[in-house]
Amino acid sequence: MLRQKAFVKKTKSGKVLKVVKEHYLRDDIWCSAEACKKCGHTETVLSAIPSVNKLFPLPHYIIPDTNIFMNQIDVMEKPQITNVIVLQTVLEEVKHLSLPIHKRVRDMIANKEKHFYVFSNEHHRETFIEKLKDESPNDRNDRAIRVATKWYGNHIKDLKPHISVVMMTDDAANRAKAIADGLQAVSVKWYIEALDNTELLDMITETKELDDGQQMIYAEHLSPAQLSNGIKSGKYYQGKIGISSHNYLEGSIFTKIDGVDGTVLILGREHLNRAVDGDTIAVELLPKSEWRTTPTGVVIDEEEEKEEEESLKAEAEQQAAASTDTVMADATKAAPVILDTPQPTGKVVGIIRRNWRQYCGFIDKKSVHTPAGSTAPANVMFYAMESKIPKIKFRTRQAHALIGKRIIVAIDSWPKTSKNPIGHFIRTLGDAGDKSTETEVLLLEHDVPFHEFSKQVLSFLPVEGENWVVQPEHFNGREDFRELNVCSIDPPGCTDIDDALHVVSLPNGNYQVGVHIADVTHFVKPNNVMDQEAASRGTTVYLVDKRIDMLPGLLGTNLCSLRSNVERLAFSCIWELNDNAEIVSVRFTKSVIASKASLTYEEAQNRIDDDRMQDDITKGIRTLNMLAKKLKQRRLDMGALTLASPEVRFSLEHDTQDPVDVEMKELKETNALVEEFMLLANISVARKIYEKFPDSAMLRCHPTPPASSFEKLEKAVSRMGITIDHSTSKTLSDSLDNAVIPEEPYFNKLLRIMTTRCMMQAVYFCSGSMTEQEFRHYGLATDIYTHFTSPIRRYSDVMVHRQLHAAIDSDISYGNELTDKESMNELCGVLNHRNRMAQHASRSSVELFTHLFFKNKVEEEEGYVIRILKNAFIVLVPKYGIEGIVYASAKVAKVEGETTAAAPQPILVYNPETDSLQSTEPLAEGEAPKVQVQLFQKVVVQISIDDDLKGGGEGGMRQKLKMDLVKPYIEGVSIHSSVSKEEKAPVTSGLKRDAGAPEAKRGAKKKDEAEEREYQAKKQARREKRQLKAQLKEEKAHERIRAKEAKKGKKYDPTIEDSYCKHIEVDGREYTLDITDTAGQEEYRGHWNDKFMRAGDGFICVYSIASMGSFQELVGFRNQIWRAKESEHVPIVLAANKCDLEEERQVDTGVGQEFARLSNAFYIETSAKTGFNINEAMLELVREIVRTRERERFQDLADHSQYGEDPAYPVQAKIKGYQKSPTPPGPYPMEEEELEMEKGCCCTIM
Amino acid sequence: MSRVELLSPEGLRVDGRRPEELRKITSTTAVLSQADGSAYLEHGNTKVLAAVYGPREARHRALVLHDRAILNVEFNVAPFSTGERRRRTKNDKRLLEMASFVKQTFEPVVITTLYPRSQIDIYLQIIQHDGGTLQACINAATMALIDAGIAMTDYVCACTAGWVEREPALDLNHIEESSDTSEVTIAMLPKSGKVTLVQMESRLHVDKLEDVLSLAGKGCKHIHQVIDKTIRDRAEELARKMAV
Repeated sequence: MLRQKAFVKKTKSGKVLKVVKEHYLRDDIWCSAEACKKCGHTETVLSAIPSVNKLFPLPHYIIPDTNIFMNQIDVMEKPQITNVIVLQTVLEEVKHLSLPIHKRVRDMIANKEKHFYVFSNEHHRETFIEKLKDESPNDRNDRAIRVATKWYGNHIKDLKPHISVVMMTDDAANRAKAIADGLQAVSVKWYIEALDNTELLDMITETKELDDGQQMIYAEHLSPAQLSNGIKSGKYYQGKIGISSHNYLEGSIFTKIDGVDGTVLILGREHLNRAVDGDTIAVELLPKSEWRTTPTGVVIDEEEEKEEEESLKAEAEQQAAASTDTVMADATKAAPVILDTPQPTGKVVGIIRRNWRQYCGFIDKKSVHTPAGSTAPANVMFYAMESKIPKIKFRTRQAHALIGKRIIVAIDSWPKTSKNPIGHFIRTLGDAGDKSTETEVLLLEHDVPFHEFSKQVLSFLPVEGENWVVQPEHFNGREDFRELNVCSIDPPGCTDIDDALHVVSLPNGNYQVGVHIADVTHFVKPNNVMDQEAASRGTTVYLVDKRIDMLPGLLGTNLCSLRSNVERLAFSCIWELNDNAEIVSVRFTKSVIASKASLTYEEAQNRIDDDRMQDDITKGIRTLNMLAKKLKQRRLDMGALTLASPEVRFSLEHDTQDPVDVEMKELKETNALVEEFMLLANISVARKIYEKFPDSAMLRCHPTPPASSFEKLEKAVSRMGITIDHSTSKTLSDSLDNAVIPEEPYFNKLLRIMTTRCMMQAVYFCSGSMTEQEFRHYGLATDIYTHFTSPIRRYSDVMVHRQLHAAIDSDISYGNELTDKESMNELCGVLNHRNRMAQHASRSSVELFTHLFFKNKVEEEEGYVIRILKNAFIVLVPKYGIEGIVYASAKVAKVEGETTAAAPQPILVYNPETDSLQSTEPLAEGEAPKVQVQLFQKVVVQISIDDDLKGGGEGGMRQKLKMDLVKPYIEGVSIHSSVSKEEKAPVTSGLKRDAGAPEAKRGAKKKDEAEEREYQAKKQARREKRQLKAQLKEEKAHERIRAKEAKKGKKYDPTIEDSYCKHIEVDGREYTLDITDTAGQEEYRGHWNDKFMRAGDGFICVYSIASMGSFQELVGFRNQIWRAKESEHVPIVLAANKCDLEEERQVDTGVGQEFARLSNAFYIETSAKTGFNINEAMLELVREIVRTRERERFQDLADHSQYGEDPAYPVQAKIKGYQKSPTPPGPYPMEEEELEMEKGCCCTIM
Repeated sequence: MSRVELLSPEGLRVDGRRPEELRKITSTTAVLSQADGSAYLEHGNTKVLAAVYGPREARHRALVLHDRAILNVEFNVAPFSTGERRRRTKNDKRLLEMASFVKQTFEPVVITTLYPRSQIDIYLQIIQHDGGTLQACINAATMALIDAGIAMTDYVCACTAGWVEREPALDLNHIEESSDTSEVTIAMLPKSGKVTLVQMESRLHVDKLEDVLSLAGKGCKHIHQVIDKTIRDRAEELARKMAV
C-alpha cells in the first residue's frame, strides 16, 4: 500500500564514494487544497478561494522556483503573498544554497496565515522524474517543477470554484518551456506589478546584470575551484575580513603567513574588490614594494569620496600608533618622522562566503533626485548605521517618504560593473532620532532577538499562571529551608531576584552560609520550545529604558523570583565556613525557601550601620558582611583585580522616559557582600560540575592578557613615576593599588578603567575543549569558574543548574544535551556571541540616552585623555562616563556650497616617541614643545550633540556626540568656551542659507482626499476646534479662505487638514511658508502624531477667547509639541482669536499671557473675522523661527569651523574610542565579574 | 542545523518513508545447495546471506556438550558492502560482538537438547550494507535455521527502531543510523511476544524508551508475516515438487 518502488540513486562526494540510497515513491501525498475531495487529507493548508489580482483574475496557487526564494525572499515574506506551493525540490535546493533563507522559508511555512504548503513532489509517484541523460541537475529540477505544476493543474482543474496554478520564475527560458507545456508562468515582477503595491515593488531584487557595455570597475572573482587550489598551494590566504570602523575602504584579515599569525591589510576600493565586512575571502599578497604601513597612501578614485580621504587620515593613527611606538624606540630623536615597517598588503581575489545581512540605516538625501511626490522608481543611496558597510544602491518608488526615516535594506548583489552593492528595500522602522525607532535599530544591529514570546513558548508556562504555589509534591527531593532567615539584597526596583542568602551560627563556632538561587530549571525543561527560545536569546538584555527578557515575565519576575514572604523553589549551595571564612564543607541541594526580606543595597547597608537594629536578619547580614570582607581580602591576596568602568545611570522622566539626569553608579559595601558569596558559589559549583562532567561542563574562563596590550599604558604611567607590573594578576593588582596620585583622586579609577581595556574578554567554554591550565580566570584569580547565580537572566546558568542537578542526584535522567561536547561547545559559542552583543546593545543604549540627554545642551566638562591617536585623541569625561574624539587637525572655514574642502592642516603632530601630540614648530634639542597632549592629561571639553537629522550631509543621520577642546587652548584646534562663542560666530553664511530655506512653517502632511471626506462626516462634533485651527488659514490672507471665513461660525466648510504655500516678507527678506492647517486633529491624534509635528519649525496655537474649553485644550497641544520637538524652546505664537467678540470673552488676556510666558511663546490677540493682527501673528512666528535658527546656526558654525565643514566629520566623530580598534583589547574586554549584582542600569532607573 | 534533516516537517524521512514504515523486505530460502539450510534476505538495501550447517559433529572435542548442541555463529562483512571498500580482519571486535549477539539470540530458541554432542554452525555474510545489519542477520538466520530443519520453539524476528529528531521511527537506514541517533534492536518470538534480545546503541532518554520498544515490537510482528509467507511459499513449493 505504501511502498511503491525501490530504486537507486547514486551520488559521489569527496573521495570517490558510491552512495546508494533508497527512494520510495508514494501515493499518499495529498494536494492539500481545501476544496479537493480526491485526496485523503484531513487538514488542508491551501485555502479554497485563494487571492486574485489583475494579472490573474482567477483564483490561483503560486508555485515558485528556487531562485524566487533565493532572490526575492523579502517579497515572499510579505503578507500579500499567500497560497504558495513550495515544492520539495525547491526547498531542498534552497537548503543546499543557503541555510538562513531555508530557515526563513520554513518559518513562512509554519505560519498558518501564509498558506504555504510543502508538496513532497520528489516522493510522489506521479511527479517524480528521473534525470535524463545529458541533463544538468538544474534542468532536471526545472523540469521537476514544471511536471509538478502540470500535475497540480490537472489535479485541481475540476475543483469548484475553479482554481489554477501559476508557476513563478524569473528564468525566461524556463517560462517559455512552461508556456509551451500549456502552463501559466509569470515572473515576480509582473506578478507584483499586478498587485499595485509600491512597497512590494521596491522590495523586488533586481537580478538583472547590468549591461555588458558598462565599464568594469572591479576585477573578476576567481572560481571556487581556483580559490581552493590557490589556498591549498599557499598562493592565496583565506580569512574573514574585518573592515575598519572608520574607513570602509580599509580592511584586514588575520591569517597565517608562512606559518606565523599575521595581519594582511587590504586597502582601497579596487583591492577590496567588493568584499563586505565579515565575508570570508581569499587574498593574494601584493609585491613587497607595494606594502604599506599606514593606509594614508591609498588613492581614492572619486572626488566625491572625500570623506574617505578624511577618514583615512583619521584612521592612520591606529596602525601608526601601534607599529611605530615599538619601532621608534631607537629611532632618531628629531622631528616626529614616522618610520615605516611595511605590513603585508594584499588584494581580494575571490569571495568564499558572503556574510551579508540586512542593514539598518538611512538614505542619502542628496541622492534623491526625483521631484517630491513622484512614484517613479529611482535609484537612491543608502548608508548603513554601521560605517563599515559601503553605501548601498537601491531602487525605490517612495524615496521622498523615506527621507529622515530609519529603514532596513538588504544587499542582493555586487556586480563588477557597479561601484556600490545593489540592494533592495525591506521596511521602514520609523523616524530617525525617535527613541523607540533608535532602540529598535540598536537591537537589530546587535542581533538581539526582541520579538514577543510566541504562544508556543508561553504554553510551557505552568498552567496555574500567577497563582502557582509550592505544592507538597514539590518537596520530593528538596530540603525544606522555609524556616531559615533567608533574605535577598538587590538593586532598588529589581524584580527578577535570582539569589538570596542566609547564615546560621553553628554550635561548633562555625557558620552555615547558604546561597539560594532561583530554581529556573524546575520550570524550563530541556529542549522544549521555551528552553530553545531561552537558549537562542542567551541572556536578558538590559537597556536604559527597558529590558529584553530571556524568559517570559511570569517566570522571570514572579515564579522564579525569590520575593519576600512567598515560598519559592531554589537551588541552594550550603557551606560550613569557619571564623576565617575558610570552607569546611560544601553541599548542594534543591530546596524550598521563603525569603524573609527583599532588601535593596541601601536598606541592607542601613541595617548594618544602625546599631539599634538587632533582629535576626540584621544580625545575619552583619555576620555575612564580616565573612564577605574576609573572603574578599583573601581573594585580593590571591591577586584578584579590582577593575573599574565608567558606569553611569540615567534618571528618566516618568512619562516620556526621557533622560533628565546622569549620575555615576555607586557601589556600597553590601554590593560587595552579595558579590563575594556569589563568587564563592560559582567557584564551588564549577568544581562540582567539572568533577561530574570532565568533558562537557560549562565553565567560564578569563585568559591572561598578552603583555603587549600593556605596553602603551606602561609607558604613559612611567612618565608619572608609576610602574605597572603585569607579570601576574597579583603584581598587577598590587601596582594598581599603589598607583595613587594624591592631587588627582580620579587617577586611580582612570588607571583601572584603562587596565580593564587591556584585558581579554571572559568567555564560556566547554571543559573538554581546553586544558586545565587554560581554565584560569585571570580577573578573579581562581583556577576554575562558572556562572551559576543568575539563571533568570543568563542561559549559561540554566545549563550549569542542570549539570549540577545531575551531579548531585544520580537518579535523575538527562539527555545528551549535558554530555555532548560538541553541542556544548556550540552553545558556548552562541552564548558568548549573545553576551557580547547584549553588552554592546546596552552600551549603545546608554549612548543613545546620552545623546538624548545632550540634545540641545552644550556643556563644558573636565575630562582625561585616555588615548592618543595619530591626529586626534580620545577624552573620557568621568561625570557622564562618555568618551569622544577630539581632532588635532585645523578646521578650514568652508564656504557654503563649495564642494571641495581643503585638506585639514595638522596643527598637532603625533610623536611616537613620547606617545603624545605636539605642536609642529621646529624644536631645538631638548626643548619641550609648546603644546603637548599626553595620556592622562586633564583637559576641558565642550560636549554637544552633533545632530544633523534633517540635514543632507552624508553622515547626517548618524547621531554623534561631539567634543571640542576648550582647555588647553590650542590655536586652530580648540574652540572658545561657549560664553564667548556667540559673539564671535560669523553671521554671513547663515543669511544665505536663510534665503534658500523654503520652509518656515510646516505641520502635518496632507491627507488623501478620501480620508478627508471620511472625516468630514464628523464635522458637527468638531466644529468648535476646527474653527480654532481654521485661523491658520485666515492668516494667509487668502481670498478663497476669506470668503469662507465670512460665513464662519455657521456653515463653514470644514477642511480637516490642508496645506498651503505662502510667500511672506519679514524684515526685508522674503520667506516661503509651507503651512499646514491641522484642524480637528484631536479625533485622530494617532495619525497626527509626534512625527508630523516634529517636521514643523514653528507653531501657531489658536484658541477662542470666547471658549475656555478651546484654551484648555491648548495645554495638551503645547505639551505634544514639546514632546515631539524634544525641546521646550519651540517657536510658538499663541493667538487669542475672536477678539472681536469681547462681550463673550471667557479667557482673560492675563491668563493667556501667563500661559504664553510659561510656554516660551509669543502672545497676540487676533480676529479672523476682521483680519486683525492676523499678519502680525504670522510675521512674529517667522521672526521667532528665524531667531531660533540663528541660535542653532551659531552652534553649527562652531561645529563646522571645527572640521572645516568637511562632510566626513560625522564619520570620524564616533565618540567611543574603542570602536576604532580592530584588535583586542576591546572596550571593556573583561566584563565586570566582580559586579555580579549589576544588572544593567534599568532596574535602578525605572 | 547543517546535519541532514532526517525527518522533514511534512513527516517524511530521507528516503520517503513515514516514521512507522519498514523498508521493503524480500527473501528466499535454500539459495545454497551446499549448506543444510540457507536464506537470502534483502532488507531495503541491506543484503544478507545466511547459511546453516548441522547439526553435525563438533569440530573441537573440547567444546562438546554432552546434553545439547553448541551454536557457532560466524559473521562476516564483504569488503564491497559499503560505499568505501574496507577489508576487516577476522578478529574485528565489532564482528565478533555481532556474532555473539546472534548466538545469544538463538541459544534459548533453538531446542539444542535435541541434538546432544553436536554443533550447529550459522554463517552470516553481509553483501550490502545500509543500516540494520543485526536485524537483517537475525531474520536471515531464522529462515536459514528453518530451512535446515532445526527445531526451534518459534520464529525469531528482529527489528530496529530509533528516536529520529522528534519521534520514534522504525527500521533506520544507514544515513539515519550514522547521524548519532539512538537505536534499539529487539529480537522477539512473535507468537509469545517474548523478547530474546534487546540491544541499544547511543543514549536514549528513558521516557522515550517505551515508545521505541513498542514500535520495534510492531515491526517484529510485521517482519514475522513477511518471513512466514516466504517460508510457507517455499514449503508449498517443496510439497508440490514432492507430490510429483
